[in-house]
Amino acid sequence: MLNRNRKTTGESVFDAFNVVLMLLVCFATLYPIWYVLVNSLNDGQDAMRGGIYWWPRILSLDSYRAVFESSGIMTAMGVTVAKTVLGTLIHVFFTAMVAYAFSRKQLIGRKIYMFIGTITMFFGGGLIPYFLVIRDLHLLDNFLVYIIPAMFSFFDLIIFVSFFREIPSGLEEAAEIDGANDLGIFLRIIIPVSMPVVATIALFHGVYQWNDYFTGMIFINEMDLQPIQTYLYRVVAESSSNQMAASMPGGINKNVTSQSIKLATMVVTTLPIVLVYPFLQKYFVKGMLIGSIKG
Amino acid sequence: MEASLMNVQTQSPHDLPLRPPPGREERRRSWLMKLRKQRYLQVMALLGIVWMAVFCYVPMYGIIIAFKEYTITHSIADAPWVGLEHFRAFFEDEELGNVIRNTLGISLIKLVIGFPLPILFALFLNELRAMRFKKAVQTISYLPHFLSWVILGGILTTWLAETGLINNVLLSLHLIKEPISFLAEPSYFWSIVVTSDIWKELGWSAIIYLAAMAGVSPDLYEAATIDGAGRFQKMRYITLPCIRGTIAILFILAVSGILNSNFDQILVLRNSLNESASNVIDIYVYQTGLLSSRYSYSTAVGLIKSIIALILLLFANSVTKRLNNTSLF
Repeated sequence: MLNRNRKTTGESVFDAFNVVLMLLVCFATLYPIWYVLVNSLNDGQDAMRGGIYWWPRILSLDSYRAVFESSGIMTAMGVTVAKTVLGTLIHVFFTAMVAYAFSRKQLIGRKIYMFIGTITMFFGGGLIPYFLVIRDLHLLDNFLVYIIPAMFSFFDLIIFVSFFREIPSGLEEAAEIDGANDLGIFLRIIIPVSMPVVATIALFHGVYQWNDYFTGMIFINEMDLQPIQTYLYRVVAESSSNQMAASMPGGINKNVTSQSIKLATMVVTTLPIVLVYPFLQKYFVKGMLIGSIKG
Repeated sequence: MEASLMNVQTQSPHDLPLRPPPGREERRRSWLMKLRKQRYLQVMALLGIVWMAVFCYVPMYGIIIAFKEYTITHSIADAPWVGLEHFRAFFEDEELGNVIRNTLGISLIKLVIGFPLPILFALFLNELRAMRFKKAVQTISYLPHFLSWVILGGILTTWLAETGLINNVLLSLHLIKEPISFLAEPSYFWSIVVTSDIWKELGWSAIIYLAAMAGVSPDLYEAATIDGAGRFQKMRYITLPCIRGTIAILFILAVSGILNSNFDQILVLRNSLNESASNVIDIYVYQTGLLSSRYSYSTAVGLIKSIIALILLLFANSVTKRLNNTSLF
């Protein structure tokens, strides 16, 4: 809407005030992240003195070198990448598949299935009964604990279902006439035309997998199966820098401190998400909408 | 529009009754035929049901250990019944008052401050004229949503340390004489939790409201402009009423989540020194259950929480339904 009327003084004041307010919000959001970045790029010993607010005082990549040379951190990173990629692929495929079945009106038992699912959104067994199930399935200290219990979500199913409903049924009917069965229709027709919602759920679940530290913390004891977030959690919350120090190759650099490695690890852990999300945002804003309005 | 018209026709010819009086046997046969025809579809659906049975319904069955004395030597079925023993124990626990105070305190502050703020933010963001600036602000504001609480915990512990940024700034402004160890001091804990939560989720929560605002008809604003309404008046009398439904739905969800005081966040920020302010129900369940292996007791506490949450959800739902004609179900 172009407003060709002259702006009143009040309007101008409002606009100026609003812009300043928004700039403040942006600053408050970005600065903490910037602070971590510049401090991680500074020489570790020197950063201990504090006072690094805007730019590194003594630029040094030693902390990053230490991170990439530490086998513990890199193993944890590998576990995280693996569980994020695999977990996301399986979650999206499986949830979409079930959602496709649930979205077909002719499905016998559809109402009962939906009812069974809806209950799971509002009531659960709680931590201990869940833990016992995971234990009885022999998923403790097992990489699959990142994948199988997370491969389905009823909430995501609802988002998929409302998207699938909007697909013209002519597409499916044409494929049916060509002799495709329901699985074929799902794979060849539905998935390709549903890329916006697939991308949304993939991003949501990818972020969940990447950020999840709780699964690694309670179901995994073995160090080699720990994701990077659990690793960081132990360093951050339990303030035990011993773990980091222990995983550092001996005498690599005196200028590196456990604090500077912690910051560098945080940056390395966060970077992939920060790089990916601006590209996907047009998808997930739409996905959020579908999820919120109909969910 | 087109899609919804098409959907009306999704019933295939097979669904239509064949001849006027289908006998019982005939109906059963056509039902079986229909089932056979959708066997792939049924398998796809049942895989989901199996998953939910294992990971949602078996844990629900596991709740019965709250009424039993479960130890790892028994199976759930074999464990001896103890009735409401564990519930009684919780109500007699001296931690009870503390746990409830912390859970409700943190959640209520989040509800009172954290719930309206994204609405306000969305209102102001919606008033920005320059589209590119608006988009940039939006993108930046929800960036923190994608960072994990572990990362934010790392940032916070760095900032709030005795030699951290906050103390440096306060010292150099001569607002304090001695550095404060914020995370070791229970009295600061709630403010840290609420502020950091708002910082993380402000932009993200605003997305839904912004989307709702985008759906408001421009005619309304034009009419209001002609009537001489200012910017604040338009916000107050057009935008807000138009997004009432969205606000109501999110409010229901916020109220039902009042006993969830963001477990991930508190787990990262708590330590033995701030325990008196950081011990909330979820943390208590985690500690007694997994760290002290009091499985049955911990399950009982978790069950109390789930039931209260469910009651709150139903209550909030019916209240908003009556006030606003909007409801979740």
